[in-house]
Amino acid sequence: MGLRTFLLDKIQKVTEIKKREIQKDVWVKCDKCGEVSYKDDIQKNYNTCPSCNYHFKVSAIEKINMILDPGTFVEIDANLKSLDPLGFKDSKRYVDRIRDTVKKTGINDAFISGYGTIYKKPVHIGAFEFSFLGGSMGSVVGEKITRLIESAISNRHHVITISCSGGARMQESILSLMQMAKTSAALKKLSNEGLAHISILTDPTTGGVTASFAMLGDVHIAEPGALVGFAGPRVIEQTIRQKLPEGFQTSEFLLQHGMVDMVLHRREWKDTIYKLLEFFG
Amino acid sequence: MAIQPLEFEVPIYELEKKLEELKGISELVDKDIENKIYKLEERIQKVKSNIYRNLSPSQKVLVARHPNRPYTLDYIGAIFEDFVELHGDRLYMDDPAIVAGIGKFDGEPCMIVGHQKGRNTKENIYRNFGMPNPEGYRKALRLFKMAEKFNRPIFTFVDTPGAYPGIGAEERGQAEAIARNLLEMAGLKVPMITVITGEGGSGGALAIAMGNKVLMLEHSIYAVISPEGCASILWKDASYSKRAAEALKLTAQDLKSLNIIDEIIKEPVGGAHRDHETTFSNVKKALKKYFNELKQYSSDELFEMRYQKFRSMGVFSE
Ligand SMILES: [Zn+2]
Repeated sequence: MGLRTFLLDKIQKVTEIKKREIQKDVWVKCDKCGEVSYKDDIQKNYNTCPSCNYHFKVSAIEKINMILDPGTFVEIDANLKSLDPLGFKDSKRYVDRIRDTVKKTGINDAFISGYGTIYKKPVHIGAFEFSFLGGSMGSVVGEKITRLIESAISNRHHVITISCSGGARMQESILSLMQMAKTSAALKKLSNEGLAHISILTDPTTGGVTASFAMLGDVHIAEPGALVGFAGPRVIEQTIRQKLPEGFQTSEFLLQHGMVDMVLHRREWKDTIYKLLEFFG
Repeated sequence: MAIQPLEFEVPIYELEKKLEELKGISELVDKDIENKIYKLEERIQKVKSNIYRNLSPSQKVLVARHPNRPYTLDYIGAIFEDFVELHGDRLYMDDPAIVAGIGKFDGEPCMIVGHQKGRNTKENIYRNFGMPNPEGYRKALRLFKMAEKFNRPIFTFVDTPGAYPGIGAEERGQAEAIARNLLEMAGLKVPMITVITGEGGSGGALAIAMGNKVLMLEHSIYAVISPEGCASILWKDASYSKRAAEALKLTAQDLKSLNIIDEIIKEPVGGAHRDHETTFSNVKKALKKYFNELKQYSSDELFEMRYQKFRSMGVFSE
C-alpha cells in the first residue's frame, strides 16, 4: 500500500466514524418495532415511535410539561429530603444511596409536584421520577403527594398524579407502607370536598403505589403498553410456577378487565384531561 | 397437634422431656423427686424467659409464623360472644383467607374481621395460607361499611404473609381492592381497633389494619416486604433473609419506638403458641382498655383522630 492510498483510506475511515457518530445523535431505533426514526420526529411525537406508537421512557418533568400550558408549572415542596430513620444498609448504606442519587438526578426525591394550568384551567399535578431509586415511595414521596392533595383542597383545584414506580421503598420499611395509608386518606378528604383525582399510569407502576392512591382516581388513564399491576411479574411466576400469558398486566389488559377508563397516547392526554376538568367543574 | 420445636427452642424441649421422665418416676414415690421436679420447673421457666427475652428479629419471624399460634377464629371463639360469620363480597365470591362476622365484645355488638390461616395442608389450601384475593378485601370493606351504618365498633386481626400474587387476583384488581380499603377505612366514623397477631405482610395486612388504635403481640412482625422478598431484591439472594429481617425493623418493639403502633401486648413466656389461654386474656384486656377509651369520642372525632394518626407518619427533613 502506497502512502497516498494509506492516507486516503485513513481519512475515509475517520469521516465514516464521524458520520456514524452524528447519525447516532440524530437517529433513534425503536425498542419495540426496531424502526429507525429521526430523533426530532420522535420528540415532536411526544417521545413516541412514529411507526408503532411505542412510548419511550421520559422524565417526570417531561410528562408534566406534556399536559400543562408551557411555562406555567410552579414546583412546590422541592426541598423535602429523605432521612434514614431505620439506619438501613444492604450492599450500600441508604444515606449514601440517597446522597448519590440526589447528585446523579439533580432532584431531592422520586416525586415532583406543583401546580399550573391546562388551557388556562388551574390544576395541581405531580409525577414520579423513575430514575430516582425506581420511583419508590418512601416518607418524602408520601408526604409530597399528601401535601399536593392538601394544597389542592385549600385552592379548590383538581389533582393529577402521574405514576411510574416500583412501589414502596424497602429501605424505609414500615414507614413506606404507612405512606400508602396516608396518601389514600388524603384522597378521602379530597373526595369529600367534591374535588377530582385523575390518575395517569405510566410504565411501570406496581406494588404499593398501585395498591394505594394510583388506583384511587375518579378517572384512570393508562399509557399504551405500560406495565401496571400489584405484584411484579417475577413474583407471580415464582408463586404460581407457570409462565404468564402474553400481554398480562399491560394497560390494555387493565382496560379489558375494567381497571382503567382508557388507554391514551400521550399526545391526547392534555385535551382529554381538559374535557374531564370541564365535567368536574 | 404435636408442636415442632423451633431451633432456638430445643433447650426448652429437652428440659421438658426430662421433666416428663421425672414425673413418670415420681409415681414410685420418692420425696427427693418432688424437690427435683420443682427445681426443674423453675429452671425451665428461667431458660424459656431467657430465650424469649432475647429473640433476634429473624427468630421473631419464625415465632410470628408458628403454626400453633392462635389464629383469628381462635381469638373470636375465646374473646367474643354470639359470633355469626358473614360471607362473600357480593361481587364475585367468598374468600376464606379472610373471615368476618358479627359478635359481641363485653356484651356490646361489634364487627370482627381478620385473616385466617390453616393449621394443616388441607386447611391451608382452603385458606390460601392466609393470603387474600381481592374478594377478601372487598368482603372486609362491605362489612366495615355495614358496621358504620349501624354504628358498631370494628375489631380487626392481622396475620398474613401478604395479598395473594396470582393471575386471577391481578385480573380482578388486587391493587384496587387494597387501595379502596385504605381510602374507605380512613373515612370510617366508628371506632376501629387492629391487632397484629402474627405476620403483618405489607399491603395485604394494611388493607384491614387502619385502626384508631393498632396493637401488636409481643412476637408479631409487620413490614413492607417479607425478609425473604427483601433479601432477594436488595441482596439478590434469599439466603440473606436474616440480615433483611434485622434491617427491616419489623418487630413490635421496633414499631413501638417508631410510633407506628400504640401498644405491645405481652405474650406468655415462651410465646403465644405455647399458651393460648394467657394470650387470649392479654389480648382481651388490651382490647377492653382501648375500646373504653374510644367510646368517649364522637364519630367526627374518631374520623379526624384516625386521619391525623396516619397523616403524621413518615420521617424526612425540610
Ligand atoms: Zn416503534
